[in-house]
Formats: sequence, structure tokens, C-alpha cells
Amino acid sequence: MGSIDKHIKAILVTGLVAAVVAILVAGCSKQDDKAQSEKRYITIKGSDTMVHLVSNWAEAFMKKRPDLEVSVTGGGSGTGIAALLNGTTDICASSRKIKDKELNLAIQKNIHPNEIAVAIDGIAIVVNPANPVDGLTMQQLSNIFTGKSLRWSDIGGPDEKIDLLSRESSSGTYVFFQEMVLNKQDFTQAAKLLPATSAIIQSVSSDKWAIGYVGLGYAVAAADKVKIVAIKADENSPAVMPSEKTVKSGEYPIARPLHLYLNGEPKGTLKDFVDFCLSAEGQKVVSQTGYVTIQ
Amino acid sequence: MLLSTATTSILIVAGIFVFLGKEGSPFLAKPGLKELISTRWMPVSFQKESFGILPLVTGSLLVTALATLLTIPFGVGASVYISELARPVEREILKPFIEVLAGIPSVVIGFFGLVVIVPLIKTCFRLSTGLTALAGAVLLALMAIPTVISISEDALRSVPTSYKAASLALGASKMQTIWRVTVPAALPGITAAIMLGMGRVIGETMAVMMVTGNAAVMTASPFDSVRTMTATIAAEMGEVAFGSDHYRALFCVGIALLLATFGLNMVAQKVLKKYRMG
Repeated sequence: MGSIDKHIKAILVTGLVAAVVAILVAGCSKQDDKAQSEKRYITIKGSDTMVHLVSNWAEAFMKKRPDLEVSVTGGGSGTGIAALLNGTTDICASSRKIKDKELNLAIQKNIHPNEIAVAIDGIAIVVNPANPVDGLTMQQLSNIFTGKSLRWSDIGGPDEKIDLLSRESSSGTYVFFQEMVLNKQDFTQAAKLLPATSAIIQSVSSDKWAIGYVGLGYAVAAADKVKIVAIKADENSPAVMPSEKTVKSGEYPIARPLHLYLNGEPKGTLKDFVDFCLSAEGQKVVSQTGYVTIQ
Repeated sequence: MLLSTATTSILIVAGIFVFLGKEGSPFLAKPGLKELISTRWMPVSFQKESFGILPLVTGSLLVTALATLLTIPFGVGASVYISELARPVEREILKPFIEVLAGIPSVVIGFFGLVVIVPLIKTCFRLSTGLTALAGAVLLALMAIPTVISISEDALRSVPTSYKAASLALGASKMQTIWRVTVPAALPGITAAIMLGMGRVIGETMAVMMVTGNAAVMTASPFDSVRTMTATIAAEMGEVAFGSDHYRALFCVGIALLLATFGLNMVAQKVLKKYRMG
């Protein structure tokens, strides 16, 4: 008798749990429907490089449109694109172009990523202020990050081991750097992959023989802690420091467009936000944050 | 009611195994097991993506082994002191502090490591950077020590008083009694304590990710950077395209990790059980 009782109770409990789960699921999907019809709450997810910029945009935008709420999170461009494909974000901020593989996956899921370039970013190469090296060619950079040059003496510095710092592979900066500087070669496995730009700045500022790459905006903000290295496109070209002028003119070789991705054409409040970013006011935010305007 | 709550945990464990297996196993069919047991982890590449989990496994092993080496003297020493030598007042003070240590969130320990331990290791060993396997091991030892202390203290306490009395009656000093009678008698319990501590260490993520530098190289040196299995999953899972090889490879890493902790826990439980029977 007792054991039957127990079983009945067990079934009841299972039923209860199932009911709760069902209610939760139903609640969530209801919210989705609502969000689609009104969109008072915009979520933007993606590139860590762009978090500063997008939050500044969001702040300025919310001042103009107090009825709307914009939430901004980072995590890396890959994370943002994955979120766009999974339908968990309205807008994805990405510091790299969407990959063919991701595009195929998007089409499978009936999502049509729409790319909008909103600003330009230069990637700065940073070293410790105590490091005597202050200019590198693209070839030298590529040799350093692919592991062909292991010591600073290989590129005209002191005889010390190069301590390589990179972003995690989920970062858009990682992929862009790999494509642009390493000519699509692989990073050396000895490169340390740090979880955030701030961790790279922190390590470069404390480790004398470290080298890393960060978005120009970050490097400028941390100019008292790290030294920005001038870059030569090749042996014979002049060394160029990254700045708004050199990035825009294309003299500085390591620069990239920053994008927003949406599912399909922007509509309603999403369109308002994108238009704001591209407006003169929005582009002013771009230069204030340390990036380069698109026009 | 109670039966269903108790069986839920079994169901969950079985569910996790099935789910991990389901998501991970297609990897064995296509890129194949050979790809998995190679030495190169390069999941994002324009050339050829590589998913060799060996550097991750050795990374986890190195950090765990170092952490265990650091944990044993501190954990066992402290438990012997607390159970055999400490006066009641000292015990009253020591125990709560050890419990507080056990309760510190790992991300806080990681932050402490980044700001304090990493620069300390860099200066002490004259390295170019403190982001090393050793830094991770120190933090993990901090987390494992409380577990080891409380379980081995239990083991030491349950050694029958008659053993100690007999030893003392034969003219052995207090120290001789502790090291030659009490500790050997409690050894199975202490071993189990260490293994449970290791189980916690191998599965720890956040603190390790913040301080080990995460370079996927195979190394046996505590002064090199390593990438652990847990840090790899945490860092890459958010970015990965659902259903890709990379996604499946991460699940395979998860399976390897689960098997390791599962194995350690099983052995520890066996040892613990045997000693309770005896």
C-alpha cells in the first residue's frame, strides 16, 4: 500500500514539474510575440571592440527617444552572430564580416543577415613602454604572430623572448588580424589567448617583452600604460602611427569597417536606431569614442 | 515524493551523459577520433581547422597535478593539526575560516589571482609573464584545500582512541603516535579526501581561465602557459556555430572532462567506502 502511495505521489510531482515547465515555456514564447509587434526594447549583442561605441550610441539614442530601451552586451563578434542566428538578439554588432559558413547556416534557419557598415576601426599594435622597438613592418608582425620570429632580436630589438598576447578565437579582432596581418595563416599555438581587451592592456603594461593587438579606441584610452607601435606596409613605405587621419586615408594598413547586422531590412524602431547611428549626430559619437567615421 | 526527488539526480546524470554523447559523437564519425587525439587545437583557421584535444588534456592534467602537490602538504598538515593538536579554542577559530575559504566564489579567487598571484609569480621566478600553469595551480589549491581539510579531519577523528592509547602506553611520543599510528590508520580517508579535492580542481573553470594565459601548447613546465579543457569550453562555446565540427569537438572535450571527474569520484567513493567498512 505504502509503495503504491509513493508511486502516486511521484507521478503527481512529475506532473507538477511538467506543468511548471510548460507554463514557463508558454510565457517565454508569448513575450517573443509581443516583442515582435511593438519593439520597445532593442537588444544589441556582439563585438567587444564595439561595446563602447554601441553603448554610447544607445545612450544618446535613448535620450532622444525616452520611450525605448536599448540593451547592449559584448561577448565577441562570433557570439553576436550566433545570437542573431539563434534569434536571441535584434541587432548584432560585428567587427568582422559574416563568414560563408555562418551565412549558410543563417539561410538554413530562414534568417537573412543584412550588413550595415557604421564606422571604421584601426587595430593598434601595443608593447610595453619600456620596449625600445617603435616600428614594425607588416611582414615582421606576421612573423611574430605566426611564431617565425621568437625573439625581439629577430626584428632589431634586444635579445629577449617575445611574449605573444592575442584575443580568444571568438573575437572579431582575432579573425580580422588573422586575415589581414597573418595573410590567413594560423596564429602560433604559443600565443596566449586572453579573454578580453582589458586583459591584454593589463598584461602588456606589466610584462616588459609582451606584444598584443587591440582596437584603436582602446589603445588611445590606455596611452599612458602602453606604447603604440608605428606600422610600415612594407620595407620601403614610411612608418605610420594609427590615427583618425591615417585610418581614413588608408595609409595605416590595419583597419577594418565595423558593422551592424540585422535580420532582413531594418523596420520600425530598429530602423530608427540604425538611421541614428549613421546620422551626423551618431557619427559624432563615433569620433568621440575614438573610432573613425564612415564617410 | 522523496523517491522521485532522489531519482531525479540519477536521471539528470544519465541525461547529461546521453546529451553529451549525442552532440559529441558525430565528430567521431566525420573528422574522426584520429583528429581528436592530435596535438594541435586551432579551431578558427583559414587554412585547416584542427581539433586535437591532447594539449587541452595535458594542460588540465598539469594544472591539476601541480595543484594536488600544493594541496597535500597544506591540506593534510592542517587537518592533522586541527584534529590532533589544536586546543578547542584554536579549533573554534580555525574551522569557520576554513569554511569561509571554501565558500569564496571562484571568479573572486580568479580576480585575486590576476591582481596578486600572477605578478607575485612573475617577480619570484623572474619570468617575463606570470600567466602560467603555476598561477592556476596555486588558485586551485586554495579552492581544494578546504575540502581536503574537512574530509581528512573526519577520517583522522574516526581512528579509534584505543589505537592512540596503545601507542602512547608503549612509550611513543605524541608526534610518533600521530605520524606512525593515527595518520596511517586514517590514510584511506585522507586519500579519498585528496581525490575529491582533485575532482573539484579539474572541473574548475573561471579562476583558471583568468590566470593561465590559455595557450594551447603541450608542456610539462609549470612556468609555461596552458589551456585547460574547462577554459576552452567556456571561452569558445558562446561563439561556436551550432552543429559545426567545432561545436562537436567542444562536446567531445566535455565528455573527456566528465569522464575524468567521474572516474576520480568513483575511485574516491570506493576508497572511502572500503575504509568505512574496515
